[in-house]
Amino acid sequence: MNDFGDALAAAATLVVSGNPELIEIVSLSLKVSFSAVLIASVIGLPLGAALVLFRFPGRLSIVVMLNALMGLPPVVVGLIVYLLLSRAGPLGILGLLFTPYAMIIAQTILVTPIIAALTRQLVEDLWTEYEEQLRSLGAGPFRALPTLLWDGRFSLVTAVLAGFGRASAEVGAVMIVGGNIDHVTRVMTTAIALEVSKGDLALALGLGMILLALSASINAAAFLLRDITRYNKRSRTISPRVTKWKT
Amino acid sequence: MENMNTSILPLALNNVSFQIGEMRLIKDMTCEFNTGPCTTVIGPNGAGKSLLLRLCHGLILPSSGNITWQADEAAVTTAQAMVFQRPIMLRRTVAANVDYALKLRGVPRNKRQDRINSALSQVGLKRLLDTPAHVLSVGEQQKLALARAWALKPEVLFLDEPTASLDPAATHDVEEIIQAIHNEGTRIIMTTHDLGQARRMADEVMFLHRGRLLERAAAKEFFAGPKNDLAQAFLQGELLWWRLGKDNRRLENDD
Repeated sequence: MNDFGDALAAAATLVVSGNPELIEIVSLSLKVSFSAVLIASVIGLPLGAALVLFRFPGRLSIVVMLNALMGLPPVVVGLIVYLLLSRAGPLGILGLLFTPYAMIIAQTILVTPIIAALTRQLVEDLWTEYEEQLRSLGAGPFRALPTLLWDGRFSLVTAVLAGFGRASAEVGAVMIVGGNIDHVTRVMTTAIALEVSKGDLALALGLGMILLALSASINAAAFLLRDITRYNKRSRTISPRVTKWKT
Repeated sequence: MENMNTSILPLALNNVSFQIGEMRLIKDMTCEFNTGPCTTVIGPNGAGKSLLLRLCHGLILPSSGNITWQADEAAVTTAQAMVFQRPIMLRRTVAANVDYALKLRGVPRNKRQDRINSALSQVGLKRLLDTPAHVLSVGEQQKLALARAWALKPEVLFLDEPTASLDPAATHDVEEIIQAIHNEGTRIIMTTHDLGQARRMADEVMFLHRGRLLERAAAKEFFAGPKNDLAQAFLQGELLWWRLGKDNRRLENDD
């Protein structure tokens, strides 16, 4: 218990003092995860919506596969990306293995099905509501797609956040393709795993605290942003009507 | 009104049927809609009123028979609009809802603002221009749906029970808006359960029952005394599914 208390105190000191090693790891983690989520969103959001709007043979199989891929084991993804990027692999010539780019590729593969599958579900609900009206106005699938993504943007934040949660918490894939190289590919999750195995609980706990805080902050910021946008829109317009009732 | 030079009417339904599985919901319907009157389609639930409008509007395709307009498909798409029983609002402001419809119809940006202001003024929603459409009351949403359709300046406007679930005051407002749209030359084809509304609005009445068009007549003539016995019973407020003949067989020719 004392060990845990000491480790916690040391971790707090590392966080408060702004330990350079800690900052470097956190910074790389954020870069990798944000990049992966950004790329996955660019692919996953339109893909999910397209699966609702377009009818083609094999569509249901793709939907089932996407849902199944939401539980894709990170180590398997890591292994596949490793084989693709290794010297003997088809993409070995790019020399990306054991670089942050390889980690971004692995995380993108993990996160894209999550964002696409959740988007498909959310957009399908919205399409049920909108379909007749949009078709009546003459909107084909290509025009309806951006409309649905825009009108569902507040709900779709949840899909993107789920993707970010997966990316930032993932350890298996980035460990395999990144190699956990100090000052090059060491991110929070791989560093925590390493420090625990070395018995250095202080740094591991410090990173754990930051990981939790970041995750909570990003979720809170997304919800706040959503609420502020909604509140602003409502307050801008509801107040004149309330004034009218009072007079 | 746009496309005045090339009218899309008449709209002709030739032996049109629509079925889901084995159930025939619209049966061998043949009729024609020309320019001019306000047509009200009445009949009990399940008569096929909403389906008829959707078939005419092109939202669903007939299982057999054909529906033809005077003009080509592109002209038909842009010269008609539909307002649904439950107003469907995009998650945007009142103005953006109208703007979206205009943008889809290819109205240039510099003309859109005038059309938005004009349509919203005509339905009395100009003061709520920047309000998110979802916070409007159902009556206001239906007015916005009408404004959105009106802004498109359609030659034909389909209205599917536009005042269902509205209170009498909102119903009155919506009827005035529909009348104003009609007065501008738009052909109105609407369904309603409200016989009082049909009396107030209709120039001609179509009576549907179990997917069949049983009577079509001028409104005055129809309300003075319909020829079809089921239409008579409907006007008298009888429950049509109680009208059974010998051996519990339905009176009308049912498939």
